[in-house]
Order: sequence, then C-alpha cells, then structure tokens
Amino acid sequence: MENSESIPVRLLKQTGVDVTHCYQCGKCTAGCVLASEMDYPSSYVMRLLQTDDRENYQQVLHSNAIWLCLNCENCIARCPMEIDIPKIMDYLRAESLKAGYVNKKAKPVVAFHRAFLDSIKYTGRLYEVGLVAGFKARTFRITQDLKVAPVMYLKGKLNLMPEMVKDLGKIKSIFSKTVNNKNRENK
Amino acid sequence: MRIGFYPGCSLNGTSREYNESVKALAKAFDLDLAEIKDWNCCGATAAHSVNKDLSLSLPARILALAEQQGFEEIVVPCASCYNRLSVVQHELTHDEALKQCVTDILEIPYNGTVKILNVVQMIEKYMQDKIEEKIVHPFSHSVACYYGCLLVRPHNILQFDRLEDPQSMDTLMTKIGATPIDWAFKTECCGAGLSVSRTDLVAKLSGNILKDAADRNAKAVIVACPMCHSNLDMRRPAINSYLTKPVDIPVLYITQAIGLAIGISPKELGIERHFVTVNLN
Repeated sequence: MENSESIPVRLLKQTGVDVTHCYQCGKCTAGCVLASEMDYPSSYVMRLLQTDDRENYQQVLHSNAIWLCLNCENCIARCPMEIDIPKIMDYLRAESLKAGYVNKKAKPVVAFHRAFLDSIKYTGRLYEVGLVAGFKARTFRITQDLKVAPVMYLKGKLNLMPEMVKDLGKIKSIFSKTVNNKNRENK
Repeated sequence: MRIGFYPGCSLNGTSREYNESVKALAKAFDLDLAEIKDWNCCGATAAHSVNKDLSLSLPARILALAEQQGFEEIVVPCASCYNRLSVVQHELTHDEALKQCVTDILEIPYNGTVKILNVVQMIEKYMQDKIEEKIVHPFSHSVACYYGCLLVRPHNILQFDRLEDPQSMDTLMTKIGATPIDWAFKTECCGAGLSVSRTDLVAKLSGNILKDAADRNAKAVIVACPMCHSNLDMRRPAINSYLTKPVDIPVLYITQAIGLAIGISPKELGIERHFVTVNLN
C-alpha cells in the first residue's frame, strides 16, 4: 500500500465494515455452504485482513474463495458481531480485478460476470443466449449445456432475439460513468 | 388496485412460467399489475461482484422509473431482483452522499419512496384472505417450502419473515391444503449464479437440498425465486449424477401451487415448461 493507512482502516473507509470486530468464532465458516471448496474460508479471510500484512492481503486477492462466495448472506446472518462479510467480498473482488490478481480457478466465474454485464450494456436487459455465447467464447467451453438448450427452446424458455431497453443511451451512460470509467478492469 | 410490476430478465426468459403464474394469480384476485415501462436489468450478482456504482445505479434507475410512472408500490417476483432493489433503496436512503452520487450518474430524479413487495408479500397483502374461499382442488401434498437466501437475507434490510426458519410460505401452503414439512434446508443456498460457471458446485448444493426434501417424503418443493427454480429443476440431470439415488420431486413456484388449488389450468400456469414433470394427483 502506498499510504500508511492500515488495511483494516482502509477497508472500513471503503466499505463501512470493520474487520477488526471479528473474534474468530468461526460461525461464518461453519454456516458457509461452500467453505469446503474454498482455499480460505470466510473466517480465515477475516483473519488475513486483520493482520494488516501486505502479503496476506495479496493472498486474499489471489484467492479462489472470494469468487466462490455466493453472497448468500448466511455468514452475516449468523455473525455475532454482524460483520458484513459479503460486502467485504464484493470489495475484494473488485480490487482483485483491478490488480489483475484473479485466481486461475476463478476465471470461469469472472468470465460469466463479464458476459452478463456485456449483455446488459448492449441491450439493457439480460439476453440469455448472448450471455451463454459470450461465456463460451471467453472460456472455450463450447460444448457445455448443448443438451439443455434445445429442451429449453422447446419449452419456450429461450428468447432467440434480445429484448431492448428503449433508452439505451441511458444504460450506456450508466456503464461509462461506472465500470468503464475510472478503473480499467478489463484484463 | 393498480400496482407496478417489475418482471426482471429471468421472468421474460428462462422462468417465463413464473411470470405466467404471477399474472394468472393476479387476474384471479383482481389485482392490476402494470409493468414498469422501459425497465432494465438490475445487474444481479454480476454487477455487485464487479463494480459498486454500477450495482447501485442499475436498480436505482428501475426505482426512479417506477416513481416517475406514478407507482407507490411495485411487485418484484424474482428474489434476486427483490433483494437488489431493496438493498439499493436501503443504502441510498441511509447515505445522502451515495444517493447524490447515484442521482448524478442517472441524471433523473430518485426519491426512494416506492414500496417493494416480493411475491409472498404480494400474496399475503392482496390474496391470502380470499384464497380459502376460491379453492377447488386442495393441494393435498406434503411440500418442502424452499425460501433460498435472497428472500430472507439480509434480515436487517429486508425485514421479511424469520431468518433461520421462515414460515410465510409454509402458512400459505397450509391454506391451500398442503402439509409443509419441517426440514433442514429452507434457507441454504442452491448455488445461485454459479449455475453456468460452476455447474459441479450447483449440482452438489442443490442435490443436498433435494435429497433432504426427498428423505423427509416431500412430494414437491415450493419456491419463490427463478434462480432456485432453474437450479433445482433444469439442473436435475447434473444433480442426479451427483446424488447416489436420483430424485424426481417436481419444483413448483408458489404461484403455481396456489393457482392449481384455485382451479387455474396447468397450461395457464406454465407447468409444462418444467424439466421435471409435475405429476401430482
């Protein structure tokens, strides 16, 4: 970090969440449905952030855990200190993208988010066929879900053409003032 | 009664039977749901995973449009949209600077005055007193009410039902003659937005949910969220290859279960659009 501010204080200023309130009871990890899949479960992430150690912070930004987190909010629901861990996870994901630290295993998750946002940017609404095409192009998973798509079509669940918001200029302007503004996140 | 309606993207695509059944129910109970004109996507998980300002601005535009079009109240059946709209409204109400920042991005007025109802709240407010008198085919099945995450959490913002063992859907199911089971997975996450990127994990999480419902002899799982539905229904082949014993329990939207009980045709409720056949007699 260029400035002298500690990592917990910076997190507090950026998100309003004070990670030093965590006393490592482990309830968040115990209730997390994906803890067993994570390299660092949520209580460990909290601990790494508390240490105010640059290497530990980078380790968190490099982790697969921040991208596996579903933001299901079970952790905050059960935290005796009501620490908003999902909000911290949102912040860490954005920082991880900005720093180019995304874990290799998390690439498909990030590809999905990007394909999702691209779809909204161009039409204002999610175009599911475009989303899947964008995801496949980014991940080379060309054959995924090939069996599901025809059934979806037959059941009337797939729109072949996108729905468009009329005021697309507004949507584009929202994107240019937010994601496409200050931080170039596309790596 | 004219109320604003925000379908969200899923209800116009992969979950159109949810849209159809919400509308069919509204019609049966004389509720006039008027779609918010020119609505956009709320940004869902993708926006708040990547950029905070974007995740605030997209839902704020929807709420601003609803105000502009004169709605005091809007119904948001998708639990994810309901969650995003409610969280954004809460954050902007409690942070004047943030509200100013978002208003500057939107360049349209935003006051944050619209009341947001999820589908269960819509039924409770406008339908539940009249349900029993309309019943023609009691829904006499043992059901597992699956609330998922986004309908009940975060509790301090949504203030909807109980956190660990919610009851609102169970109460409504009792009204149509069903027997809700007590089970362990009411609010455990189904895997939500990882459906495409990590189908393996969704199969595991959704598989655990369905297995518990099946073990406790539920004949149907009742949901109020398009993501929960598509993970539990459309992902069934992946789920069944994860489970040692395949599960064939159908998954119905709460609006479909009530609709069937009050005599709306399965076709009008979009029942045939499910992947897992609904065969309840």
